[in-house]
Amino acid sequence: MEQRAARRLARASESLVEWTIRLCGWSAIFFVFSILFFVVREAAPALREGLRLREFFTSANWRPDSTIQPQFGIVALFLGTVSVTALAMVIAVPAGLGAAIFVSEYSGAKTRETLKIVIELLAAIPSVVWGFVGAAVLNPIITQVTGAPIGINILNGGIILALMSVPIIMSVGEDAFRAVPDTYREAAVALGASRWQIVYKVLLPAAKNGLLAAVLLGVGRAVGETMAVLMATGHSVAIPHSILDPVRTLTATIAAELGETVEGGLHYRVLFVIGSLLMLITLVVNLTADLVVKGIRGRQNV
Amino acid sequence: MLTFSLSRYSLVACLAAATVACGGGSAPQNAGAGGTAAPASGTVIRITGSDTMVNLVQAWAENYRKKRPDVSVQVAGGGSGVGIAGLIDGILDLAAASREMEPKEIDRAAQKNGHKPIEFSVALDALSVYVHKDNPIATIALEDLAEIYGDKGATDKWSQLGIKNAACTSDTIVRVGRQNSSGTYVYFREAVLGTKREYKLGSIDQSGSKDVVALVGRTPCAVGYSGMAYITPEVKALKLSKKKGETPVGPSSETAMNKTYPLARELYFYSPGEPKPHVKEFLDWVLSPEGQKIVTDVGFVPIKGSSS
Repeated sequence: MEQRAARRLARASESLVEWTIRLCGWSAIFFVFSILFFVVREAAPALREGLRLREFFTSANWRPDSTIQPQFGIVALFLGTVSVTALAMVIAVPAGLGAAIFVSEYSGAKTRETLKIVIELLAAIPSVVWGFVGAAVLNPIITQVTGAPIGINILNGGIILALMSVPIIMSVGEDAFRAVPDTYREAAVALGASRWQIVYKVLLPAAKNGLLAAVLLGVGRAVGETMAVLMATGHSVAIPHSILDPVRTLTATIAAELGETVEGGLHYRVLFVIGSLLMLITLVVNLTADLVVKGIRGRQNV
Repeated sequence: MLTFSLSRYSLVACLAAATVACGGGSAPQNAGAGGTAAPASGTVIRITGSDTMVNLVQAWAENYRKKRPDVSVQVAGGGSGVGIAGLIDGILDLAAASREMEPKEIDRAAQKNGHKPIEFSVALDALSVYVHKDNPIATIALEDLAEIYGDKGATDKWSQLGIKNAACTSDTIVRVGRQNSSGTYVYFREAVLGTKREYKLGSIDQSGSKDVVALVGRTPCAVGYSGMAYITPEVKALKLSKKKGETPVGPSSETAMNKTYPLARELYFYSPGEPKPHVKEFLDWVLSPEGQKIVTDVGFVPIKGSSS
């Protein structure tokens, strides 16, 4: 009797746990869709209230509060986001994947643990602190080294964003390498492959999907980052011509301007249009990643 | 592998969702508590707005607490635009602004709140034009400033002003400005560029008055504008002349008071309507000699005739 009661209790708690985590899983979907719904709902009336889409996508003039003629062109802001993210990835992808390779394949157990802890500590630094480092520490260094008139620019923002993305790329990348079965390594060693040959010829192809996920998560981090780029890029509406030009990003624009807008005004709506656009960009990046990964899998199966 | 990282992410999302849910759950409780507490004592004054004034308003709040410990003055910055937007949305007792409200904004506030906002002039400022301390320039005419900051303005090199700025090797003028939520941004545009001219895009827009001065202090090529109270040893404030050839005047309490300084301006509080008694009492204290002494202490200029 007692045994049966205990079993029933175990089964009940089992199903309780199952329902709790099921709720967690579904709630993620629920939240994503409700955020999508609210952002689009706030943005949509802009089209009715006089936002000219042609100007929006082709003009570099962002003067939302002008008393003469408000202008809502996002070309400069969009290029700001693209340039800073691209530079960040140029730095962070090799650095992050390199760190992942070293930590998972080359280092001893002790170095591995220390390195992992230190690099993951980077991820724990709040973004406003990163922004401060960019504005106060990197700024004068960049001015001195490059001779640029001002040190808060694409280069500064790119370096800061790279430092913020490296921990993500490294830790997801390392998981990807570790997930490759040891039998692959053993087989390669048996064939007389050197360590680098193992990494290059065996592990990289085998961990391809996970590495792509690592890179895309890094991209997502960089596109969405706000506070650090707001402080480190100069927050300047201009089409950049070199990496030493200051720029302004889409996210920073929303952060800096949403507070002053009157709820329901055109400026307010347009900022939500930018928000929708950012979500669309992320969606496309994620979807492409998914499709690419599936494509790779499909070919492997053949 | 992808599935692994995704599951990790959904866990994070789940945690975030839980946090949001917590926040959502507790917020109404707080509001309820505040709602019941407020009418009993009626002693919270919420002030938001001008970043130029945020130190000043903070100093007022701290000193007022000593005088009236039962009244809590809550101060937030963000820019005059943020304060005025808050006033229109009816969530503030006072909006701090370093510019006058525009007629359009007054109309909108009147429409939403049922009565016109009331303006209180509480201090004076000589909006200063700052350069790096090593920059040899000492004076500048407003027309030249307009050519630097204005749309289609021709000046973008220090040498065009006849200045040999040795510390700035690229000779480029780096324009430092404020975000468009700032009252200082709007005031400077109207006073220097006039009502018909836009800013030249590509200025470095800072979120705070202090940030402008700090950045100029670190950048030999830079020029920037900010309140007179924000001066530091790393920068110098230029003397300004209305037109080329006129005698340039430096920012000081004297030149702000007699309006000979071209960018002398008033700093304001706006109340959404007739202020409530406890807000009125605070405003009276701000304009009293005691309140105006704090204006001087912070680095701005007291309102003329405030001695009464």
